[in-house]
Amino acid sequence: MNISLTINGNNYAHDVEPRLLLIHYLRETLGLTGPHIGCETSLCGACTIELNGKAVKSCTMFAVQADGATLVTIEGLATVGKLHAMQEAFWNQHGAQCGFCTPGMIMTSKQILDRNPDPSEQEIRHGLEGNICRCTGYQHIVNAVKAAAAGAGK
Amino acid sequence: MATTITKTDTLVGKRIRRREDPRLITGTATYVDDIKMPGMYYAAILRSPHAAAKIRSIDTSKAAALKGVAAVFTGKDTEKAGAVPCGASLPGLRVPHHHLLATDRVYMVGHPVAVVVAADRYIARDGADLIEVDYEPEQAVADPEKALEPGAHAVHPQWADNIAFTFHQEGGDVAKAFAEADVIVKQRIVSQRLVPNAMETRGVVAEWRAAERAMTLYTSTQAPHLVRSLVAQILGIEENRFRVVAPEVGGGFGSKIQTYAEEILMAYVSMKIHKPVKWIESRRENFLCTIHGRGHVDYYEIAAQRDGTILGIKLKIIQDLGAYFTLLTPAIPTLSVLMMPGLYRTPNVSADIVGAFTNCAPTDAYRGAGRPEATHGIERMVDMLAAELQMDPAEIRLKNFVRNEEFPFPTATGLVYDSGDYSAPLKKVMEMAGYDKLRAEQVEARKQGKLMGIGLSTYGEICAFGPSPATPAGGWESATVKIEPSGKVTVLTGISPHGQGEETTFAQIAGDELGVDIDDVLVSHGDTSLVQYGIGTFGSRSTAVGGTALYFALQELKTKIKKFGAMMLESEDITFSGGRCTDNKTGKSVSLKEIAGASYRAMKLPPNTEPGMVATYFWEPPNFTFPFGAHLVVTDVDRDTGAVSIRRYVAVDDCGNILNPLIVDGQVHGGVAQGIGQALWEQAVYDDSGQLVTGEFTDYTMPRAHMMPWIESGHTVTPTPVNPLGVKGVGEAGTIGASPAVVNSVVDALSPLGVRHLDMPLTPEKLWKVISTGRNA
Repeated sequence: MNISLTINGNNYAHDVEPRLLLIHYLRETLGLTGPHIGCETSLCGACTIELNGKAVKSCTMFAVQADGATLVTIEGLATVGKLHAMQEAFWNQHGAQCGFCTPGMIMTSKQILDRNPDPSEQEIRHGLEGNICRCTGYQHIVNAVKAAAAGAGK
Repeated sequence: MATTITKTDTLVGKRIRRREDPRLITGTATYVDDIKMPGMYYAAILRSPHAAAKIRSIDTSKAAALKGVAAVFTGKDTEKAGAVPCGASLPGLRVPHHHLLATDRVYMVGHPVAVVVAADRYIARDGADLIEVDYEPEQAVADPEKALEPGAHAVHPQWADNIAFTFHQEGGDVAKAFAEADVIVKQRIVSQRLVPNAMETRGVVAEWRAAERAMTLYTSTQAPHLVRSLVAQILGIEENRFRVVAPEVGGGFGSKIQTYAEEILMAYVSMKIHKPVKWIESRRENFLCTIHGRGHVDYYEIAAQRDGTILGIKLKIIQDLGAYFTLLTPAIPTLSVLMMPGLYRTPNVSADIVGAFTNCAPTDAYRGAGRPEATHGIERMVDMLAAELQMDPAEIRLKNFVRNEEFPFPTATGLVYDSGDYSAPLKKVMEMAGYDKLRAEQVEARKQGKLMGIGLSTYGEICAFGPSPATPAGGWESATVKIEPSGKVTVLTGISPHGQGEETTFAQIAGDELGVDIDDVLVSHGDTSLVQYGIGTFGSRSTAVGGTALYFALQELKTKIKKFGAMMLESEDITFSGGRCTDNKTGKSVSLKEIAGASYRAMKLPPNTEPGMVATYFWEPPNFTFPFGAHLVVTDVDRDTGAVSIRRYVAVDDCGNILNPLIVDGQVHGGVAQGIGQALWEQAVYDDSGQLVTGEFTDYTMPRAHMMPWIESGHTVTPTPVNPLGVKGVGEAGTIGASPAVVNSVVDALSPLGVRHLDMPLTPEKLWKVISTGRNA
């Protein structure tokens, strides 16, 4: 099936198998390997991307379901030489250890602030519910979201 | 908090953000599944749906005929290709032959049966689905105690009793201690099976180049050199033509120390098809086939005087080994025995282990590896003893701790504790939490019928593995430091970090020793073609052993730098500091960059000195290190639902000197999360037929952000004399301290109902039943 979509500001058109998962389209067809596959069941959030402005898990969507959509992956967050405030905050606050969940965590964290620029700790934690991190115990991730909310990743 | 460092500052001790992070936060790091090679094939593995069955026949014809399938392999093909290795040895150990692919029987759900190799991963999976296997299922045994009962199904038909080994160790005179005791407390304590669940599953890319007789294996591992040595030996590949790369590795927690069947299989497949091949483990496979942790049933007895003095400890461990061994399987419970006295002085201990085969995934090292079980046991027993004697749990601990003047302290199990001040973190954690106030609050809460608990644990751990005689594949570590002609510094380390941050901490060490900016130091690891041999990252050893190897390599290099400096300044009286060699008489100086350049141009050389600026050091540690600490947990248990709410979590850890407090905090937080996970939620549940019931994230409860408490973290600092950095290790501390602190807190909360012990995980369902019936679950 033919699909066309916009990813990180670039337009793409491909003929894909109907069963091709969106995550495999991103990773294998386009070489966007930032989003990761952690569970293949929507439960861990390592594959989280932004689709039409909403954070979604790309491991349980077919590529054809994204036809016509506008996507942002972790690769699209930084603009030339300048990190997104959430990336900067994850760096400053030690929000990543092994880094495998990090692209999904950052995309979800961005959405938390998109919806509520001044969340409480509990609101941040609930916003992160759909993303599993096995390394950090989440505390430094929570700190990163707080720092990004406070401004410029400080 | 971005810290700007000039070279006049010291780097060690500062909260420096990590050098490895830019690639992680931009999604540009390269994990195994991100590697793509021209002409690469994909493998899918067909696995057994039965825990125990005979294989009558395997028909691969439909799979082989599928368009896009390149090859199908079964146990008949790989039968002579070797077995999955176990590095542990114990007297009388029965080692089952661990075939790469099942031949005539399967021993656990997920047992690999066939490999399908295809042009893409979808077709490989389709092919696996087309294989027809005729199984003759047998009654499995999935519980270690049931496995030891007479008449139980024999996991391996040749060993009817399911006993892989027995092990006994004792110290002092435990019979006398128990005979003279005023009080003896006994308890069966379970440390349940857990699934490590690194967020990156395992994965392998193998590329065989026949004309060069050369293998390259990219694998998600904690020990790349060990994988190289073992797979080279198993498949008869020349080790000097075998390159193993641990690219970015997405967590391990002990589950990636082992050399697995799939690493050997993919190398084998690539040699057969003469093409690169990739296999990526699914999460379901990770649950079923990657090692599990814990799996203990412990029978404890503790003997004491009426004043709380512990006289002796007896322990019998039933270790659930699973169906066969991975690298360290039978050795893990022996670590529990080593640490069974905890921080306490008692010289009288007796321990027995019975290693039981079950039709389950193998158990092996999972964060803490034997020490969480030991700490959970002794810390529960000490709390029960305190309750029996109506003593405060803090008081009984303080009474029995090894005293400061007794270090180095020889333990009842034959270890020598390096250094410690065991009461310091306990006193600090009580002060941070406001212990007396909390107890007063608890009295009031109980009057109102509220279930509020205060739990302590004081843990010790054995880290920095280890002296080589105590470690299966060697326990030393190595480092190479190169100063390039431009003055930039390259560090090659034999450890293989996968989240622990040594690209940063090692750059801090090198930066300080050489007086260069942290940005001028690059730390590389995980590639056997780049790094001199190394042991790897596990057992909280990386900084304590690998960092020390680096320290000594730097000292050798500094000696050489000073020789060149002396030559260039034509002086015998030289100081090297701040990245410059200075003539102490004239004040003239040369920079490291000038010295490095001169060492490579080699127009002139100091006496008896070779050109170049490279040093390699292999460091053998004289002892383990023994970090310690105290955790305090305040819980509230909901009477109506059984739900546990952690109101306060206070951790005081003593890991010796701290190189980077930001990274140490991260290690503590992550460790605590895994310990709380075990205490409250996580459990690998096999049903009687050997099916893993909690085999996906839907059923296996992982700690998530909204479930975790805020962790208040503090430290005391007792440097180790074992290494010149004074560091002890911190990777496993949180996990070891957490589970007994949480369980002690919940038991304390429920003690007004007559509860004296509860086994993990403390799910709402379990606690609701206890609260409803007033009995122990």
